[in-house]
Amino acid sequence: MMSPLLSSKLLLVLFFGTLFGLILGVLPGLGPTTGGALILPFTMTLDPLSAIVLLTSIYCAGTYGGAITAVLINTPGTPAAAATCLDGYPLAQKGEAGRALGMATVSSTVGGIFSVIILVFFAPILAQLAYEFGQPEYFALAIFGLTMLASIGEGSPIKNLIAGAFGILISTVGKDFMTSIDRFTFGINELTEGIGFIPVVVGLFAISEMLTQSTLINQVFNRVALKAIKLPSKDDYKKTWKTILRSSGIGSFIGVLPAEGGTVASLIGYSEAKRFSKKPEEFGKGSIEGIAGAEAANNAATGGAMVPTLALGIPGSATTAVILTGLIIHGVRPGPDLFREQPDFLYGIFGAMLIANVLFFIFGFFGAKIFARITLVPNKILWPMIFAVSVCGTYSLNQSIIDVWIMLFFGVLGFFMRRYGFSVVPVIIGLILGELVEGTLRQSLVIFDGNWLMFFTRPIALTFFILSLIALAFPLIRSKKFKK
Amino acid sequence: MKNVQKQKRANKGLPFFFRDEFKVSFIIILISVALLITTFTFDIVPPILNRGIQPATFPKALLVLIIVMTLLIYYSATKNPWKVQNKLPKSFFLTLLSFLIFVVISKTLDFFLAISALSVFVSYYWGEKRIIYLLLVGIIFPVIVFVFFETILGLRFPPGIITNIYYS
Repeated sequence: MMSPLLSSKLLLVLFFGTLFGLILGVLPGLGPTTGGALILPFTMTLDPLSAIVLLTSIYCAGTYGGAITAVLINTPGTPAAAATCLDGYPLAQKGEAGRALGMATVSSTVGGIFSVIILVFFAPILAQLAYEFGQPEYFALAIFGLTMLASIGEGSPIKNLIAGAFGILISTVGKDFMTSIDRFTFGINELTEGIGFIPVVVGLFAISEMLTQSTLINQVFNRVALKAIKLPSKDDYKKTWKTILRSSGIGSFIGVLPAEGGTVASLIGYSEAKRFSKKPEEFGKGSIEGIAGAEAANNAATGGAMVPTLALGIPGSATTAVILTGLIIHGVRPGPDLFREQPDFLYGIFGAMLIANVLFFIFGFFGAKIFARITLVPNKILWPMIFAVSVCGTYSLNQSIIDVWIMLFFGVLGFFMRRYGFSVVPVIIGLILGELVEGTLRQSLVIFDGNWLMFFTRPIALTFFILSLIALAFPLIRSKKFKK
Repeated sequence: MKNVQKQKRANKGLPFFFRDEFKVSFIIILISVALLITTFTFDIVPPILNRGIQPATFPKALLVLIIVMTLLIYYSATKNPWKVQNKLPKSFFLTLLSFLIFVVISKTLDFFLAISALSVFVSYYWGEKRIIYLLLVGIIFPVIVFVFFETILGLRFPPGIITNIYYS
């Protein structure tokens, strides 16, 4: 598994990817999705394996990095670290920041490695199953992915569905890929090629976050001092090993489902840790189990989310959508053929994720104090710099100024979407799945001679449709149960 | 706490067209209807070239779906009103204004100058008054990014008063 990585160039890429991912994870408002999108244009100078190794190492380390700010300033560096704040910060306030970060580092590493093992075993099996898929099955699978996103993603399911449908609608802009007929181009030549993924993702994540930060310029963070990070004690291990393993399993499973990956995984991992704990009353007041539950789950979601991304070409999270874009722009087509034709490439990715998990453990353990200082960079300096990188990065892909304006438009739109409770993640997933949804639907209808009912004669497609209905009904059942 | 209660009372007393849920739903539906009308202007493919469905059918279906779901969220908001949002501060509008200035300068004068102007403007209005830091975000960092993209990625930035000097 490691042999494709045994080159100094790849190891260097892995080293810098992990370091960069940690820095991104530590900075509130950034994170692996925005960071991945910003770095995507730079990957064009790399070979495909190096590019994906860079993106996956940013993904793994960025997810962990969020815990450092969650513990020290009570602000999650990434949304996936939100649950870590609940116990990390209270523990830090008690003067045990080192212990809290030590547990976050160990459980993140265990969760991450666990999920890579799941990835290594399950991605080829899923890819093998995908050989049975035709166009109708892929259409049903994409619909299932979108409904899952609505049902277990954050916020209102209907708002998530609207955002997902909007994402698919964006993918229809430009020349229709089957008939070459212009759609929603409004006479603008640059739009005939469609709206690119990078302007949308940088706009929705980086620029909308810049606007959010503009509303918080007077916010003051109370930063807890960190003397040194400590490895968990024997007693801590005794208390948490079951929680870490359980959350690793939960995180890997949630990661496989197309949803908001680590964010949902960490919340479920945290609540399950509380449910199984002998001392649930300590949760929210500085429970070490709470930190372990949240952190193992969010890092386990990284490997899990890579399973459908690599095996089916369906992203498991927003960051894997960026990685999927990286694969596509480098001419690598995810799916079953990738497993048969380029096993070295895949083993390179698996090995990179494994090493990234070990590397962020080392960096986190020895450098948490330094990384914590990054949070001292004031927003009034940081965000104008991020703007400069966002603009140049967006411009660089097609050398088009229209792309920059599209980025700004989606930045403003993303700000208002978030303000009124619409998650921006379904837009990204919808955009990336849009062509698959429409293409497979239209090709299926050609196969079925226009008969829509034929979809239900295909057992795999029918199963996905039933699962989609269950996914749509799930939030209703959950809210009724909650009311009771 | 008292302020929160006041806000909630104020929201309940507002006419429906001033409430966020109405404004958001109205805007989504308005844009969706406009786009739906646009889909009727798409070219129609002759049956022999048509594969499955017409190119306009899929976007039409999506837009109808968005309109129906927006009506659903508005209906559910009549039972559970949305949380009242705080007023947006001046710094937000200034940042938005800086985007507008960026677009105007990048279109008329220079791309690099537009990045510099926005960086200085945003940094200043977000509270940075020290010249050295304004120089850092407004000139030094954009130059580094510019040179990096130009040399590493071989990027050619659009012509303008400063980029022309650099390229000449």
